[in-house]
Amino acid sequence: MAYQLLKYALGGEYKEPRFFRDCQTPKKSYDAVIIGGGGHGLAAAYYLAKDHGITNVAVLEKGYIGGGNTGRNTTIVRSNYLTPDGVNFYDASVKLFEGLSTELDINLFYSNRGHFTLAHSDSAMRTMRWRAEVNKHVGVKSRVVGTDEIAKACPQMDLSCSGKSPIQGALYHEPGSIARHDAVAWGYARGADSMGVEIFQNTEVQGIDIQNGQVQGVQTSRGYISTGKVLSAVAGFTPRICKMVDLKTPIVIHPLQACVSEPMKPWLDTILVSGSLHVYVSQSSRGELVMGSSLDPYEFHSTRSTFDFVEGLTSHIVDMFPFLSNVKIVRQWAGMADITPDFAPIMGMTPIKGFYLDAGWGTWGFKATPISGKTMAHTLANDKPHDLIHSFRLSRFEDYELTGEKGAASVGH
Amino acid sequence: MKLLNCPMNGVRPLSEFLFGGEFREMPNPDASTDLEWASYVHYRDNAPGIKKEWWYHSPSGTWFIAERNTLTDEVLATYLHGNSPVSKVKEPS
Repeated sequence: MAYQLLKYALGGEYKEPRFFRDCQTPKKSYDAVIIGGGGHGLAAAYYLAKDHGITNVAVLEKGYIGGGNTGRNTTIVRSNYLTPDGVNFYDASVKLFEGLSTELDINLFYSNRGHFTLAHSDSAMRTMRWRAEVNKHVGVKSRVVGTDEIAKACPQMDLSCSGKSPIQGALYHEPGSIARHDAVAWGYARGADSMGVEIFQNTEVQGIDIQNGQVQGVQTSRGYISTGKVLSAVAGFTPRICKMVDLKTPIVIHPLQACVSEPMKPWLDTILVSGSLHVYVSQSSRGELVMGSSLDPYEFHSTRSTFDFVEGLTSHIVDMFPFLSNVKIVRQWAGMADITPDFAPIMGMTPIKGFYLDAGWGTWGFKATPISGKTMAHTLANDKPHDLIHSFRLSRFEDYELTGEKGAASVGH
Repeated sequence: MKLLNCPMNGVRPLSEFLFGGEFREMPNPDASTDLEWASYVHYRDNAPGIKKEWWYHSPSGTWFIAERNTLTDEVLATYLHGNSPVSKVKEPS
């Protein structure tokens, strides 16, 4: 190892291959253009090439790969949702995640931890039972557990939460896991690139050309690209892209903040979530506690972070773990979450022919990365929505068929 | 701490306020079609810019309108509904 490093240091040229080509000049036309080089967009490009043989595809990223919400989430993967449609969809995603390190030949540090959603009240316990039953019904491993089992899994926690909101029980979800989120984007990027997909970083979409209700092309900061199919996978920027095509959606943007502590020796094996205390926490493979809270309380298109957030979050963390009171927070950040009224995504076709939407990912996007890529690729290739995403269609709002996915985000709803 | 100017109570800390969403004109519920009603309830532009919004001052129970830039978080004006000042503010586009 040391010898290898020394050889690199003295050898001049860095011989490790790039993950993907450094594309600069787009072709005049592509079979499909994907806006957004996050996990979702890159996964869609990967599965378009792999499952459907469509490789003449450009991915346009305004910043850099994985620099948006893909690199800003708290990396939790789980499928213990509330509606059968949601549970089936996220379960398919968890299954893809489990084999993804092998498939993409990159170590995602996918770590199966088990996931406890803590309940501090009778009504919270009722919701946990409801979720457990729906989960079991569709074959997902979730069950309600008592405080004895929680204490066994996490003996460091004060089960009375400093006497303020004693824990009554929890929903335990065995497949709950964490992963290295940026590696997911990089893995999909390399996979897609190796099959011919071209990835353009620092490339902004400035307009979308539509004639007679059909997409004709995309105006970008690197010139005009003609294409019949455009997929928007831009999370918090969705309203700005939708405005280019004059499409209205129910999406509202709220910042969602997170932070990490200084690294510690491993002590927290599980993922813990408390809806009442507005907290979720896990320990990363680097030893940092990764912590998140609920959405910022009003619409705001920015990734600024606030002291209010850290103050509120850490006071609840210390209620759960009094011994952490001297631990330092080393980083905090925010992402723009695209929230929908029923806490389910908006995926699939739109009234504009050739314009596909993968949006409304709010606080639940990272865990859906593989399955959203797979189902959106299917939707683009066949010009017909995949069965798994039927109930997530944009038109559900005018059909008055909202999903009611209140178990979607662990916190704050 | 961030502050907001309640038209009834003056400048107060933001933690006393609740966000009520973008202000939209309600179509006549008896005359509108299902689609028009669904559009009113759900569909909006929501791209960043200067927006007219409902805000609520919780201690005094006051609903009012704020004109706010959702990209920069600058509040340009606050007033009670129906009392729009002949504002220095450009109408939201």
